[in-house]
Amino acid sequence: MTARLLPWLFVAIMATLPLWMRDQYILYVLTSTGIFIIAAMSLNLLLGYTGQLSLGHVAFFGIGAYTSALLSLGFDLDYGGAQPFVLDPQPVWLAFLGGILLAAAFGWLIGKLAFRVRGAYFVIVTISFAQVMRMVALNWVDLTEGPMALNNIPPLTVWWPGEGLVPLYKKEYYYLLVLALAVVSFLLIQRVVRSRIGRALIALRENESLARSAGINVTRYLVVATVLSAGMAGAAGALYTHYIRIVDPDVFMFIYTVTMVIMVITGGKGTLAGPVVGGLLFGFLPEVLRDVAQPEVQWIVYGVVMIVIVFFLPQGIVPAVTNLFALKKQSGKKQSGRNGHRPAAPRVSEGASS
Amino acid sequence: MPEFLQHLANAVVLGGTYALLGIGLTLIFGIMRVVNFTHGELYTFGAYMAFMLAGLFGLNFFVSLALAATLGFLLGALIEFTLLRPLKGADIDTTMLVMIGAWIAMQAGQQLMWGGVAKSVPNPFPTEPVVLGPVSVGPIRLFVLAVAVVLLAVFYLLINRTKLGVAMRATFQDPDTAALMGVNNGLMYTLTFAIGSGLAAIAGALLGPIFVVTPTMGDLVALKAFAIVILGGLGNIPGATIGGFVLALVEEFGAGYVSSGYRDAMGFLLIIAVLAVRPQGLFAAKERIG
Repeated sequence: MTARLLPWLFVAIMATLPLWMRDQYILYVLTSTGIFIIAAMSLNLLLGYTGQLSLGHVAFFGIGAYTSALLSLGFDLDYGGAQPFVLDPQPVWLAFLGGILLAAAFGWLIGKLAFRVRGAYFVIVTISFAQVMRMVALNWVDLTEGPMALNNIPPLTVWWPGEGLVPLYKKEYYYLLVLALAVVSFLLIQRVVRSRIGRALIALRENESLARSAGINVTRYLVVATVLSAGMAGAAGALYTHYIRIVDPDVFMFIYTVTMVIMVITGGKGTLAGPVVGGLLFGFLPEVLRDVAQPEVQWIVYGVVMIVIVFFLPQGIVPAVTNLFALKKQSGKKQSGRNGHRPAAPRVSEGASS
Repeated sequence: MPEFLQHLANAVVLGGTYALLGIGLTLIFGIMRVVNFTHGELYTFGAYMAFMLAGLFGLNFFVSLALAATLGFLLGALIEFTLLRPLKGADIDTTMLVMIGAWIAMQAGQQLMWGGVAKSVPNPFPTEPVVLGPVSVGPIRLFVLAVAVVLLAVFYLLINRTKLGVAMRATFQDPDTAALMGVNNGLMYTLTFAIGSGLAAIAGALLGPIFVVTPTMGDLVALKAFAIVILGGLGNIPGATIGGFVLALVEEFGAGYVSSGYRDAMGFLLIIAVLAVRPQGLFAAKERIG
């Protein structure tokens, strides 16, 4: 019972944070951490539940960011006709939705293309896709302003009784919005994972040919998972761009994908709580390291942590902790009741730690 | 027409080094099945070593090249020994994550060591281009092409004609039988990874004097190497050689006639197209090694 309440207790504590935490900087770090946790959760849906590593995940994040920014700012595009195509600034939430939809559409496209191959090929297609996107953002100056970046992106708004739509300029409110959306994303992923789709995904992760012979349309489920994952990553990107209110081609940097991957594998891929735990850890680690070391040292630490985790804790922190508790319970109560209700059995990784 | 020939000449020179990179990676990725994300870092490492030896220590340029390749070989052996050997039998995703970790750590390490400012490798070649009819090529580029061609030839002989090459191929076809025949499997793994790494390092050392050396120069190169390997078909050495030249041609003509801003995007579009149409690679392997 307590295990069920624990996540809600955590959310409640996080929600009251702006009341007693006056440090704006910590709120800022928490907000961007929250955004990256949403992105990491979306990556986990692919990496953790289907076993497919999308190393170009930042592409969806960036597409969401750019689309939402452009729709909310408005743009004109000279496509060679007599009159350039002009789009007036749209309401931010409409732009936000547009970001999600376009990212999801690209997810569909990549899923259709890339799942003709698996494993290493999928990884390379996704990296390539992210690189192409970065170059489009750099070179399509008419639309994206290239390296000059899109500036003055309006913040997201919220409807408030009596006041109508209020833009969220204050850090506290944006923090709460990100927290709320992170909870929504978490619940959404929980639903998907525990549904028929989730079971199909886990089945094909564990044994693709067996899943296929059981009548699961493997490629279709993979594409569905990619669309969901891409849409969620797009939402995270849109949240990010309306938060920092500027977007440039660096949003497609590979290191952001690496940050998401490291959050997922450290926390525990294929677990619901994994990306949250890993996300909090790696959201704060750079801030702690910043005071004592150069940024390069931070990346060295990231790289080494990644290797160490794979060698010594291949399933990540969350499964390791749950197993520890399950063991204690078993030895204390002499095997009474079912141990835990983890949605997915952690993946057996043969000989990884031997 | 002269413009066309000039692009062709540039593409051939670039293609030589791409082929070196592609062959190195097709050994490691295609035959050993290790998704080697450190390949680009070995390339960067080679370039920095050439800068250090020739630029800082004032060693002879040619000696520096040879030493840079040797150091790359040794670093590759070290990576195989410490990171990959303990993971033998692990699935491809596990090794992939370890290699990504190694990639990030190595890149940040080189950044820390050399700083972000671009370095250039001094070389003894005159800057005056050699003019051959309508085409002009820098002497250093001709030298790079010559070295690349020689190395490719040596590599073919090594793999196809020597006992070592036979042992290497046997190990990856059937490790157990190879071991029964007296092949030291572990040694073959280390050697293969080290040779692939050495090829990446010399490619970096060769291109260092033509372009500039920066800590992140390996990123695009690593991805291009993957493109070449996929283009040629996994583990297909002639395929990787041709793939290197094909990629160079596509980039050079794409940059010349379509848009120079998208030069580096050509390779990725090529990968996406190849995987969509012919996932087994353009040159379906008749005599596949591995």
